[in-house]
Amino acid sequence: MTARQVGCWLLVIAALAAVPFVLPSAFYLGIATHALIFAILALSLNILIGHGGMTSLGHAVYLGVPAYACAVLSMQAGWAPLPTILASLAIGTATSALFGILALRASGLGFLMITLALGQVMWGAAYRWVGLTGGDNGIRLSGRPHLFGIDLAEVLPFYVLVAAVLVGALFCLWQLDRSAFGACLRGTRDQPRRMRMLGHDVWRIRWVAFIASGFWGSVAGVLYCYDYQYVSPAALSLPQSAETLLMVVLGGAGTLAGPVAGAIIITIIKTVVSSYVDRWYSLLGLTFILVVSVMPRGLIPGLANWMRGKRA
Amino acid sequence: MTLSRRGLLQTGIGAFSLAMTTHKARADEPIRIGFLTVKTGPLAAGGIQMEQGMVLFLKERGNKLAGRDVKLIVADTAGSPATTRTKAQELVERDKAHVLIGPLAAFEALAIADYTTAQKIPTLGVAAAEDMTQRMASPWFVRGTASSAQCAHTMAFYAATELKYKRICVIGDDFAYGHEQNAGFQRVFEDNGGRVVQKLWPPLNAPDYGTYISQIKSNVDAVFMSFAGSNGFKFTKAYFEYGLGGKIPLLGGMTAMDEAILQQTGDDAVGVLTANWYSAQYDSPENKAFVAGMQRDYKVDPGYYAAGPAVEAAVLEAAMKTVGGDIDDRAALMKAIRTNLVPNTVRGPVRFDAGGQAVGNVYIRRAEKKGSKIVNAVIKTYPDVSQYWTYPEKEFLAQPPYSRDFPVARYLEN
Amino acid sequence: MQFWIVQGLNSLAMGGLLFLLSAGFSLIFGLLRIPNLAHGALFMLGAYFGAALLGEQVNFWLAALLSGAGVGMIGVVLEAVLLRRLAGNEQGQVLVTLGVAFIIADICLLAWGGDPMPLGAPRSLRPPVFIAGFAFPGYRLVVLGFALATALLLWLLLERTRLGAMIRAGVDDREMARSVGIPVSRLFSAVFFLGAFLAGVGGVIGGPILSAYPGLDADMLPLALVVVILGGVGSLPGALVGSLIVGLIYNFGSALFPDFAYVVLFLPMVVMLVVKPTGLFGRVLR
Repeated sequence: MTARQVGCWLLVIAALAAVPFVLPSAFYLGIATHALIFAILALSLNILIGHGGMTSLGHAVYLGVPAYACAVLSMQAGWAPLPTILASLAIGTATSALFGILALRASGLGFLMITLALGQVMWGAAYRWVGLTGGDNGIRLSGRPHLFGIDLAEVLPFYVLVAAVLVGALFCLWQLDRSAFGACLRGTRDQPRRMRMLGHDVWRIRWVAFIASGFWGSVAGVLYCYDYQYVSPAALSLPQSAETLLMVVLGGAGTLAGPVAGAIIITIIKTVVSSYVDRWYSLLGLTFILVVSVMPRGLIPGLANWMRGKRA
Repeated sequence: MTLSRRGLLQTGIGAFSLAMTTHKARADEPIRIGFLTVKTGPLAAGGIQMEQGMVLFLKERGNKLAGRDVKLIVADTAGSPATTRTKAQELVERDKAHVLIGPLAAFEALAIADYTTAQKIPTLGVAAAEDMTQRMASPWFVRGTASSAQCAHTMAFYAATELKYKRICVIGDDFAYGHEQNAGFQRVFEDNGGRVVQKLWPPLNAPDYGTYISQIKSNVDAVFMSFAGSNGFKFTKAYFEYGLGGKIPLLGGMTAMDEAILQQTGDDAVGVLTANWYSAQYDSPENKAFVAGMQRDYKVDPGYYAAGPAVEAAVLEAAMKTVGGDIDDRAALMKAIRTNLVPNTVRGPVRFDAGGQAVGNVYIRRAEKKGSKIVNAVIKTYPDVSQYWTYPEKEFLAQPPYSRDFPVARYLEN
Repeated sequence: MQFWIVQGLNSLAMGGLLFLLSAGFSLIFGLLRIPNLAHGALFMLGAYFGAALLGEQVNFWLAALLSGAGVGMIGVVLEAVLLRRLAGNEQGQVLVTLGVAFIIADICLLAWGGDPMPLGAPRSLRPPVFIAGFAFPGYRLVVLGFALATALLLWLLLERTRLGAMIRAGVDDREMARSVGIPVSRLFSAVFFLGAFLAGVGGVIGGPILSAYPGLDADMLPLALVVVILGGVGSLPGALVGSLIVGLIYNFGSALFPDFAYVVLFLPMVVMLVVKPTGLFGRVLR
């Protein structure tokens, strides 16, 4: 790592550490926690969109499936927290391995449609498989667990956990970006034919990316389950998938900071601004339009361009 | 000592004078009512009516309940369980709401049930999920409207005993609210000699009901529909297009032919029988004033969604009077809510059972033309209807909750 | 036997409705390569315009035409102001069109309230038609006929007119078309107008069956996507066949397998896409 990179990481950690001190109350810290969980989800989708050039409209599957797994295992099977979490991550990741095989039959719009269709099938299953999922009434958790001697029921410890996981995710994805695999993945995005000629197995590279995306999505899913302590088909719905996609594109696909920024902005409009602006839904739409009109590649690339322009 | 005295004097002067001494310091502060409703997205129709009913109720009292100013804080849940939870936290933790009214949908109410119980916030609900006042009842939750099956039970009894129907097809949205209504209907109908011979479950977002309507058996005495939102309107329209209207009578649950969709359904609605805990035609001074107010302010007749908050607010007002305006003693307030008999809400008298579910009138209503508009005329009133119908509470609760497959339909003909 | 006839008719009628819904989407996507996710919202807007016009006692067919023109104009503005600069930026197009969809949905809620609004079909078309002794709604057959006529007209327009030839040239090679003097950007406006116009008209024609209500947009958009993907992207005959197939799958699927009603559309679609990712009539999807 260069000194500049170390500085960047310290800045990120310092910013996350400052949040509990800056925010006026536990309620706002709770909202910050929601935002960071969605940031992890958006980052996971960004592996597909930003690095692999595969636009998925079914990413809610990797939020909802592990969240359901977590709720079912802890409430109905009565598992302890740690095995529950590990099993939920495994189930979510395995789902992505399977769905990846199906979705990667196509690329471009076909890929988008298969992911959408798979998402709708899972949503329908959650709605109708009442014996397992409780149907539209969902599953309620009896509270957050103790993990490694820490009681996550309080807002602050849970925030710290989520923030730590986010830093971990950012670091892993940064490494992925810099690795040979990351270069290959970008290669399959920009020049799939050339990659094939060079002897790379394009399908396998995309599949591994799909699984990595599913794994980090599952991490967000487990945190989501513990955060809201309630899982219902909404976690698997098309609006949830679309919202995740919007977070990535709004912030800027292919960047590390973009999905985080997108997740934070959308969460703030949905939960905070909506308390003051009745027509917040229009405002959300207007935000998308304005950002794309001014910065066609998203917020973070746009800002970076603008800074560079100023410096030059 | 205080507690035992309060236990003895549940209502009236005793508690009043006692409370007066404790709340004086804060009496100038308004009571904060947190109101959870849906104002954006597909569920917004009901959510907007909820807000209208609530605003009107407070307006008619000069924004005062039991002599204290009221601050109504409305939060938009957007019809999402996650947002509902955040908004409930916002109302409780940031805005320091004393009580919550709402939210609209069952999954929203369930998403916050544990939170409001843990926070000990008196919550007056509108959503119908059976178990919220049954197997998962909370000491901090009451519902002044009805459980899903409460009105369906009544409709079934009327169909079996008054209309003497023997064979019925039930159809409803394929989700918990539809399941619970149809299950309750089936149980009471079959216990009174009828038979449910067909069950149809269109998905909640069915683009069209043609597929289902053409499956309805031609030899049934009636069709019972348990739709919510605009689906009852869409179904009834299609029912007439397929030539069944006027041939096989239509019965409905409490939201199937709501006042909100009655005018749009038009002449096709005439003759549809529904059971509900409310009708805009219910004849009482309180309801007449409420309906007139809705007509004046919003140019509509109130239905399920507008009347619900008005009932809850009346329950709250009565309890506030009981505790002498002292809203800070939540335990006392909740106790008053649960033990009061409120004689004059817009739906009529209301009291609560042990689970926190209102026991009150259920009206059998027939959609009729009255001048240029269509109304749900009350043709029979069943007083004191319990969520358990006439079954013993213990026996009722020992059984599984109502669902798509319980009680088992023994008479299906396929 | 009656079951098969009635559900067959239901399937055809629904297929007709789906074609009216998806023709505009298919056109814009196929010719301009823009995934217009505001299409469901434009369809809903057409239905609301229609309901409002019918409320003013406007003739049904005139109301359909006027709504189509209104929605078409909105489409032109959308294309000229927002989408033209995003050519090739698919993610940007997704973001903008969804943003527009959010705003349209919110404005409809504000303007017309949340309660559903009926659209009455012309009185003469309302009564049920009796086929072999049972009733079938006459208007649904009209919708099917209207859809088939629309398909024919569109095909003639694109394949048999000068305008159609210019559009196809512009799509195949934009620069070449420009260099031989074809006004490409005006053509693209025209295509977008046509696509949005079809959405608006479809909203009104479908109105007596679907009515106008909040959430109509979100209910319809996935259906349009299913049809277009199944039939193959950018293929008009594909969209027609896709519509009819989706109608068949939906009606027979939910009647024969009621337990799978929630996944009856998407499960077959997954299977089909996995087997043949290009759709039934499509070129390679890129």
